[in-house]
Amino acid sequence: MKQFDYVRPATVTEAVAAAAQPGAVFLAAGTNLLDLMKGGVSRPDRLVDVTHLDGLDGIETLADGSLRIGALVRNADLAHDAEFARSYPAVAEALLSGASAQLRNAATVGGNLLQRTRCAYFYDTASRCNKRAPGSGCDARDGENRSHAVLGWSESCIATHPSDFCVPLVALDAIVEIEGRGGRREIALVELHRLPGDAPDRESVLEPGDLIVAVRLPPAARGFAAHARYLKVRERTSYAFAVVSAAAALRIENGRIAEARLALGGVAAKPWRARAAEDVLKGVAPIADAFQKAARRALEGAKPSGDNAFKIELARRIVVRALTLAAAGTPARIPALPASPFASTSGALHV
Amino acid sequence: MSELILTSAPAHLRHGSNIGQPLTRRDGILKVTGQATYAADNHPPGMLFAVIATASIARGRVVSLDVAAAKRHPGVVDVMTPEHKPPLAIDPEIKTNPFVFRMEVLQSNDIRYANQAIAVVIAETLEAATEGAALLAPAYEVQPALVGFDAGESFAPPVVGVGNPTESHRGDVEAGLAAADKQIDATYETPPQYHNAMEPHAIVARWEGDKLFLDTPSQAMVMARGRVAELFGLAPEKIHIRSPFLGGGFGSKGFLTGPQILGVMAAKLVGKPVKLVLRREQMYGPVGHRAPTRQRLRLGTDGEGRLTALDHRARTVSSTFDDFYEPAADASHTLYAAPAIRTSHDAVRVNTGTPLFMRAPGEATGSIALESAIDEMASACGMDPLAFRLKNYAEVEPMTGRPFSSKALRACYEQGAARFGWAKRPLQPRQMRDDAGLLVGWGMGTATFPALMFQAEARAAIRRDGSGVMEIGAHDMGQGAWTALAQIAADSVGLDIDRLDFKSGTSDLPDAGIAGGSAHTATAGAAIHSAGAAVIAKLADLATSDERSPLFGAGNAGVIAREGRLIRRDDESRSESYAEILARAGVAEIEARGTGAPNPAAMEQYAMHAHGAVFAEVKVDPELGQVRLTRMVGAFAAGRIVNPRMVQSQLFGGMIWGLSFALHEEAITDRRSGRIMNANLGEYHIPVNADVPPLDVITVEEHDPHVNALGIKGVGEIGITGSAGAVANAVWHATGVRVRRFPIRIEELLVPS
Ligand SMILES: Cc1cc2nc3c(=O)[nH]c(=O)nc-3n(C[C@H](O)[C@H](O)[C@H](O)COP(=O)(O)OP(=O)(O)OC[C@H]3O[C@@H](n4cnc5c(N)ncnc54)[C@H](O)[C@@H]3O)c2cc1C
Ligand code: SF4
Repeated sequence: MKQFDYVRPATVTEAVAAAAQPGAVFLAAGTNLLDLMKGGVSRPDRLVDVTHLDGLDGIETLADGSLRIGALVRNADLAHDAEFARSYPAVAEALLSGASAQLRNAATVGGNLLQRTRCAYFYDTASRCNKRAPGSGCDARDGENRSHAVLGWSESCIATHPSDFCVPLVALDAIVEIEGRGGRREIALVELHRLPGDAPDRESVLEPGDLIVAVRLPPAARGFAAHARYLKVRERTSYAFAVVSAAAALRIENGRIAEARLALGGVAAKPWRARAAEDVLKGVAPIADAFQKAARRALEGAKPSGDNAFKIELARRIVVRALTLAAAGTPARIPALPASPFASTSGALHV
Repeated sequence: MSELILTSAPAHLRHGSNIGQPLTRRDGILKVTGQATYAADNHPPGMLFAVIATASIARGRVVSLDVAAAKRHPGVVDVMTPEHKPPLAIDPEIKTNPFVFRMEVLQSNDIRYANQAIAVVIAETLEAATEGAALLAPAYEVQPALVGFDAGESFAPPVVGVGNPTESHRGDVEAGLAAADKQIDATYETPPQYHNAMEPHAIVARWEGDKLFLDTPSQAMVMARGRVAELFGLAPEKIHIRSPFLGGGFGSKGFLTGPQILGVMAAKLVGKPVKLVLRREQMYGPVGHRAPTRQRLRLGTDGEGRLTALDHRARTVSSTFDDFYEPAADASHTLYAAPAIRTSHDAVRVNTGTPLFMRAPGEATGSIALESAIDEMASACGMDPLAFRLKNYAEVEPMTGRPFSSKALRACYEQGAARFGWAKRPLQPRQMRDDAGLLVGWGMGTATFPALMFQAEARAAIRRDGSGVMEIGAHDMGQGAWTALAQIAADSVGLDIDRLDFKSGTSDLPDAGIAGGSAHTATAGAAIHSAGAAVIAKLADLATSDERSPLFGAGNAGVIAREGRLIRRDDESRSESYAEILARAGVAEIEARGTGAPNPAAMEQYAMHAHGAVFAEVKVDPELGQVRLTRMVGAFAAGRIVNPRMVQSQLFGGMIWGLSFALHEEAITDRRSGRIMNANLGEYHIPVNADVPPLDVITVEEHDPHVNALGIKGVGEIGITGSAGAVANAVWHATGVRVRRFPIRIEELLVPS
């Protein structure tokens, strides 16, 4: 392996300082980063291991009703927190639809947000990739690209952000708390990831040294608990990234949609919040027609970046289905096959 | 490796004979406690680590390597390159026999496929060797890669598979099609697939003077030893291979691969033991794979749904430097009674590692196309797919007219269909939904695989204490050879399995042939059976010719061996234990050898195949196109079942491979670079537990007096045939969409809603 320094800071401030050096990266559970290092895709000079920092692994309800999730909370622990799953069922369902039980037991909240794309050309160091080697070109553009982006892509990069967790989070207006060299600040999660433009290597708005310390769900996010679902179409029943996914959350009052939240996964370089579609749904009855209309609106401006035109139609259908499922009501228990079109299959064992 | 302690307690039941008992794996405890020594678990003192550097281009040559940078890296001991390597005794390009395949062992700087070895870094640690390999920073002269079915001029290969004719026919196919009442003409595509055994190819090589000790997984140790012997100019007896356990092989460990030979060369170069283990992504190239196919099937039927003609043409690919051709079309030789059948193959050469044998080579690829086409034809005739198959049931082998040595396929159809509830299947597609509104479809396929026999030897002995020994260099790939062969061995010498010392898994033992072609239990079993019979015959000679024995005068045919005693057949009150016989004769041990081999006369006379019928239920989301298998029943007739538990596992495994073939598995090749873009188990999809519903396997009684002395047909590969087609046909039945390119993708099922 390439030689690198390994530091284990004792405090958040030390961590930020250590990671602000050129060539330094944070190491959380390493389920993504270490794979990238083994493949020579990432070749950091310094790993700043944050897993021993105190106070970043709590789940707490704040006075104003917000929920604050520490950046080191494990994906599985969060999903299996009963109070969390009751209040934010679509988020729990998304978490449980991701990766495998072993990976979820290890992966952290912060790492999940900042996991890198699964574009095969990004991983293949012999390929040209503007994200890995700025200016080298994009071999995905004319390559095997049926799983690439249909929204927000540019000629320099057509990769998608693969996280499931992020999709319901952006729908619910999650906020990211960041500790940087200039102290603490916070931004909306929807602002965290950048679209590629002509600088796909700059994937987020974070600056060197910026540490995500927590993710916060604002008080209003609880209001959707009765009608919130995550739906993820994939190439096998479990342990696969989304082809396309959607999170739908509704607040239904007197038979009408008081407020809708909708986001798509697997379609763009960031979790894709579909505000225009949400607007269409405001105040209308939760019926198929409205959902169809919202779906069309959500995919407005979508265009294939390769052999992936099907993803646009698939995304529309997923939106309709996710909204339909949300309208029908959150199930009492997260289905055995979370977020799966086969979630209703009886007799399935929990994965 | 110390002596293996194989356990037979506590789950063993036994009522009389061993054969037929569902014994649990005798190596099971070793495996679940981590004590089973796989090749890479060996660490001889002073061992170094070797890591291969691989080509990132598919065609061209290496023009420079930064060997100095690699050597400067702390811990790196040496870097083996085409310019710096121990010489081989013969050019590895020379095919000294048909079972020699060419390999890349640093003989030149040419690159013939991506992931080919271009150097080997040997270091004190795995990490140092890995980084050393990364520091080599090769520069290439790149040539355009040949990729895909249309990469170049196609040609008719001289033979396909193992010596099968490229083209075969019986009757006049064109006339049959012209006279047909209904016809279909459909083209199916199957992708490249990689074996992906859990255990990567690994070798620990240690030279001691001119002796060579190898720990490496092998499905054919004696053949492997022969290859090492010729490459290094050694007498075979100087080479000792241990391969007690394989973490799967599926054909990829049938021949020694280039990387394994590189491990031996590296050990020679540095004069120390060396371990070389492939990384997962390095298994996509030098260890064989299943070639992609494009298959065109034309079928005709008369007014009553009887086939008039079956034309099956397969295009496949091979490497630019060697010849192996997936015999996909030959799947049409044995199953359906068409009066006119033609099968043919052509191929193009592409920049790939040579495709080789992968679980049911030819049968699997051919089966999914043939079973799909049969399903399409049944539907065109308005017939139930089972009724259609029964109407075209082959009473004799269609291609040759030979009778079958045994064929219980009708019973497979009946029992499988009954268990599945097939009779309730609506004829038309897209008729069934479950409570949640998911489309439900039922499909079936016929399974078939030839009952093969190779050559094997075994040595049996009875010891002074009355215990037995059976020696055979057999291969346990996980299928359960340690158990099933020991069962045969115990019966062959009339001993309780725990009184028998079953020695296996090393190359110094008698040659068990190859563990391939689903023929290992049959072939090694036959050798064991005959060795056992021979040693018992010798023991009987001793006893019956000794007037002090109660068996005196009973004659050879007059005794039977049971529970450690020879018993007079016509008077069971007269018997003598093995120990008594040997003690009196003053013999420490009595031994005999036996062989297993095909019977050419029987092969001439009979067509020998195992058969089966697979029924599958899938559910498909009507709008979203995602598919899930929900039920699968397979009924198989494969002659004698030596161990029902192991056999069931083999059939389950095969059926899951069939599911994988239909819905999941595919190596995605970049059409420009020829590199495989999903060479890892995250993205090369195979079914996970959630994809596999409870499976139901029925083994149908079948007695075959012709295949071999024990009547064994083999079960290793048949499970994948039939199953893939059954799943694909179920998808059609659920959706009304006929997908002819595998695996079936979500986008194909996104019909306008
Ligand atoms: C085979 C496989 C299948 C998978 N399938 C799915 C799936 O279906 N759905 C899905 O959503 N995900 C999937 N994943 C991805 C998985 O969710 C991520 O690997 C995981 O969430 C990353 O978390 P980690 O703690 O291991 O992060 P690490 O690998 O340690 O870090 C990831 C990145 O985040 C940065 N980072 C980590 N923590 C912080 C922080 N607090 N502040 C700033 N930067 C930080 C690191 O520097 C690094 O760049 C899969 C992964 C694998 C290997
Ligand atoms: S799509 Fe983006 S990540 Fe993929 S190769 Fe192109 S630039 Fe790299």
